[in-house]
Amino acid sequence: MSEYVFANQLDEEMTLNMGPHHPSTHGVLRFVIESDGEIIRRAVPDVGYLHRSIEKIGERCTYPGYMPYTDRVDYLAAMFANEAWASACEKLMGIEVPKRAQYLRVISCELNRIASHMIALGAMAMDVGAVTPFPWTLREREYINDFIEELCGARLTYNYHRIGGVSFDLPAGWREKVTKWLDHFGPIMEEFDRLITYNEIYVNRLGNVCVITKDVAIDYGLVGPNLRASGFKWDLRKDMPYGAYPDFEFDVPVGQGLKGAVGDCWDRFYVRVEECKQSARIVRQALEKIDAHPEGDIVGKLPKKMRPSAEAYARIESARGDMGCYVVGNGKEEPYRCRFRTGSYNATGIIEPMSRGIFIADLVALIASLDVVAPEIDR
Amino acid sequence: MNAQDIFNRLVEKHGDAVSDFRAGDLDPCCFVQPWSWPEVARTLRDDPQLRFDFLDCVTGVDWPDKGQIHVVFHLFSYVHKHAFVVKAALDRADPVLPSVVPVWSVANWQERECYDLLGVIFEGHPDLRRVLLPPDWEGYPLRKDYEESDDYHGIPTTRPVPLELLKSPPAAKPS
Repeated sequence: MSEYVFANQLDEEMTLNMGPHHPSTHGVLRFVIESDGEIIRRAVPDVGYLHRSIEKIGERCTYPGYMPYTDRVDYLAAMFANEAWASACEKLMGIEVPKRAQYLRVISCELNRIASHMIALGAMAMDVGAVTPFPWTLREREYINDFIEELCGARLTYNYHRIGGVSFDLPAGWREKVTKWLDHFGPIMEEFDRLITYNEIYVNRLGNVCVITKDVAIDYGLVGPNLRASGFKWDLRKDMPYGAYPDFEFDVPVGQGLKGAVGDCWDRFYVRVEECKQSARIVRQALEKIDAHPEGDIVGKLPKKMRPSAEAYARIESARGDMGCYVVGNGKEEPYRCRFRTGSYNATGIIEPMSRGIFIADLVALIASLDVVAPEIDR
Repeated sequence: MNAQDIFNRLVEKHGDAVSDFRAGDLDPCCFVQPWSWPEVARTLRDDPQLRFDFLDCVTGVDWPDKGQIHVVFHLFSYVHKHAFVVKAALDRADPVLPSVVPVWSVANWQERECYDLLGVIFEGHPDLRRVLLPPDWEGYPLRKDYEESDDYHGIPTTRPVPLELLKSPPAAKPS
């Protein structure tokens, strides 16, 4: 957080403040905009309003005791921070995760990915002026929240994953409910495409806006859907598979520039829409195959004392892309240092260079299309 | 390439600038001389056999007993799908490291965070300001000897333990 004073303020230039309580800033995020009329000279992000120093808190918790805090890294996709922390600790201590637990992780994470993308898509449409899709997406997300609540007891801060596995097995009748919902979700996504994705007004609004090319995306460390929208086919689940992902068939959607240049705002929307469909495919396969693994075998063999003295870096594919978790242990019950490297943080870094010369209205589209979530930036 | 080959390649190009290779670690790493770091970084990015195009993560780790701050760079290559870790050991009293923003643009925000929370000065960084904490914040929270001040602009940073509040006798009822 800082006050930004621009050096040469000419008469024609305005310095505008956007946020921190602006609806399109997705949480508490502030921009200081130097503009010449409608054209932005530059927009400087001012983050930190939601900084809770999660990394410092981690140094005071035991390894398993830190799990509920990781939920707060990203409240829209808490499963992934859980998984990142669990994976890093498992790598650190050499813990094997039973297959059934891996399946449960895949199911919970993919459902969470759909829920998170639902917010991203609905909010992005609303930010650029289409209000109808938002309640549509919220409705679908509500079903998922109910499912996950039944699975682990929480709707947002799940605390579901454990080091070495997960905390609960499938509840009775859950699979049928989710399968029924998946049957309903497929047609809903087709309807969603007709409603907004290929809607001509929407396409004209977002096509060719704020194009991020592949090289720039890699240089600025964009990850996940933002990177794939720039035409680079890279998905950790496919390219460096972890957990049970090799067992499932799914495609990795990439931006193709169908409605403009590759890597424009529309491509970033389109990639997320397609990812929702793929996640639904994965959940369906996982629910079909999970019974090949014995019920109740959901936590691996854990060491009696978790006092590693080594360091490990684990990466997983979260809803906002590649999330890295770095843990250093020094032989005590608490980690010596833990670190989350999140997708939103890097994505916020690209906003200033991308904002030069675009319209103020397009800045809103850019922020929404990058799907930055304030708690994940600030941690 | 495996980690040993990556390290050998770096030694070939930079000699003593890289040292202390740890093949046995979960993520094999090596140490780099702080003042050679930008050149080593350029080799890591541009060498056709290495091609580390993605600077994955920049972390600072404070080691008061060694009198050092380690800045840890996790690197990844999308081209070759290999990863490597480079560390720079800095003097704790004067942690200065040349910036690698000209090599990887993502370093801009990553280094700012490291500066903000650990006080590592990245020389040549275009915009080294606090990012997560307010500009007038004192100290660097992720250092091990950091002590939180009692208040920030009159806002207390600590609260009484709720259980202690329960122990105190209930307030007298207004008559």
